[in-house]
Amino acid sequence: MARWTASLFRYSPLLILAALWEAVAQLGLVARSALPPLSDVIKAWFALAVTSDFWFNAVDSLYRTFAGLALAVVVGAAIGIAMASSKPVRAVLNPIVEVFYPLPKSALIPVTALWLGFGDMSKILLIFLGCMLPVTLGAYNGARGSEQTLMWSARSLGASRWRMLMDVVFPSAVPEILNGVRTALATSFVLLVSSEMIAARSGLGFMIGFLGDGGNFDAMFAVVFTVAFMGFIADRLYQYAMQRTLQWR
Amino acid sequence: MQAQINSQVSSQIVVENLNHMYRPARGQPVLAVDNVSLEVRPREFLALLGPSGCGKSTLLYLMGGFLPVEKGRILIGGKPVTGPGPDRGVVFQHFALFPWKTVRANVLYGLERAGLPKNERLKRAQAYIDMVGLQGFEDSYPSQLSGGMRQRTAIARTLAIDPDILLMDEPFGALDAQTRSLMQSELLAIWRRSPKTVIFVTHDVQEACYLAERVAVMSARPGRIKAIVETKFDRSDPHLFKQPAFIDKVDEIWALVRNEAMLAQRLEAH
Repeated sequence: MARWTASLFRYSPLLILAALWEAVAQLGLVARSALPPLSDVIKAWFALAVTSDFWFNAVDSLYRTFAGLALAVVVGAAIGIAMASSKPVRAVLNPIVEVFYPLPKSALIPVTALWLGFGDMSKILLIFLGCMLPVTLGAYNGARGSEQTLMWSARSLGASRWRMLMDVVFPSAVPEILNGVRTALATSFVLLVSSEMIAARSGLGFMIGFLGDGGNFDAMFAVVFTVAFMGFIADRLYQYAMQRTLQWR
Repeated sequence: MQAQINSQVSSQIVVENLNHMYRPARGQPVLAVDNVSLEVRPREFLALLGPSGCGKSTLLYLMGGFLPVEKGRILIGGKPVTGPGPDRGVVFQHFALFPWKTVRANVLYGLERAGLPKNERLKRAQAYIDMVGLQGFEDSYPSQLSGGMRQRTAIARTLAIDPDILLMDEPFGALDAQTRSLMQSELLAIWRRSPKTVIFVTHDVQEACYLAERVAVMSARPGRIKAIVETKFDRSDPHLFKQPAFIDKVDEIWALVRNEAMLAQRLEAH
């Protein structure tokens, strides 16, 4: 109970913000088309939630995000560690990473759509490409920072080079990899929604664009909220998993 | 009997005309080990003593197979060193425990690599954890332990794989004085129970004199062996530190090291 009230207190600024919003909209201080009252948005959300359409779109979005992210984490971590532990790999990949890191990944939306069309695969590829580099850099920095004596210990305890990589270099890099994953998580939602708005026929981003174009602003805001809430929950889950993983620290 | 002789031979270390260049990422290469020759008898406890930066740790890492032998040779049991291996257990100054593994998992690591059956591994890990007095801390992480307990864990982890040779790089250097003195007598007790060839790197003259049977004194950079001094005492004598013979020996070795330490300071100032 104490914990529950504590978190209510923690998020009380949000409640104040919500109340302000409702007041401003109800008093007619802003145009209804620019900012519908929060109560109407909530009503619109419940109206949406009883339609199967809404949930199909939500599932599509979730599937695209997590498929892209999972690929980005696995491939990104592997590439980062390979770069840290092999000079030739580093020589080949370093310039590529340097050039692609600052590239705004949303610029690739038309490219992936051109290659793979308007379906799931173009979003998955986009999110994979956009989220891989933060993970790669995290893994690279983390692996480079792994202690020499730890690697030596593993080797003198009978570990092969490959085992040492898996048993020492990878776990040493995990904290930095997880930092990269958090950045990737935020990026993935940005890329998901923008690509679905521009080049998709399903998904929550598609719904936002579709409802907005049709002038259904209550429902549009309701979907925006849904996406924001999904991002928030994903970040919380991530934090919880990170604490569990790093409990040895 | 034959097996015993073989295991004795495999724990013999011969260093011949060894040179090592230290190549920093920036700056000029430095000669760290200069024409070192050394013979360590099987089951001998030898201390490598010298001022900081004299290359004594480098020499140990070369024996461990962590650095490539470029000039000269190191033979372990007659075979040249080509890389690290479980025949040479290593204990580092800062413990080098896997921080994400518990005490038990750390001690188990080498036994897993050796491919022992699970029951055997667990039994053996527990035996070594008990030996170093860490029962009750099996599930603790290194970050939850004191320095002394961490070094005990590291020693248990190394001894568990039963190496013929023990390479120790200032293993008690990071510990407080009381813990260090306790760990010294524990190490001697362990060594007496199962004698291994021990190379013990230190810059503490009294520690070297107390633990080792011979002390190899190294010169300041570039590291050479300046003298090898016999230091055999009755280590079960609780008043050993007050015996005139022991004090004289410490003085004798200290005189050898003093000049080198001063030289090393001047080198560091540059």
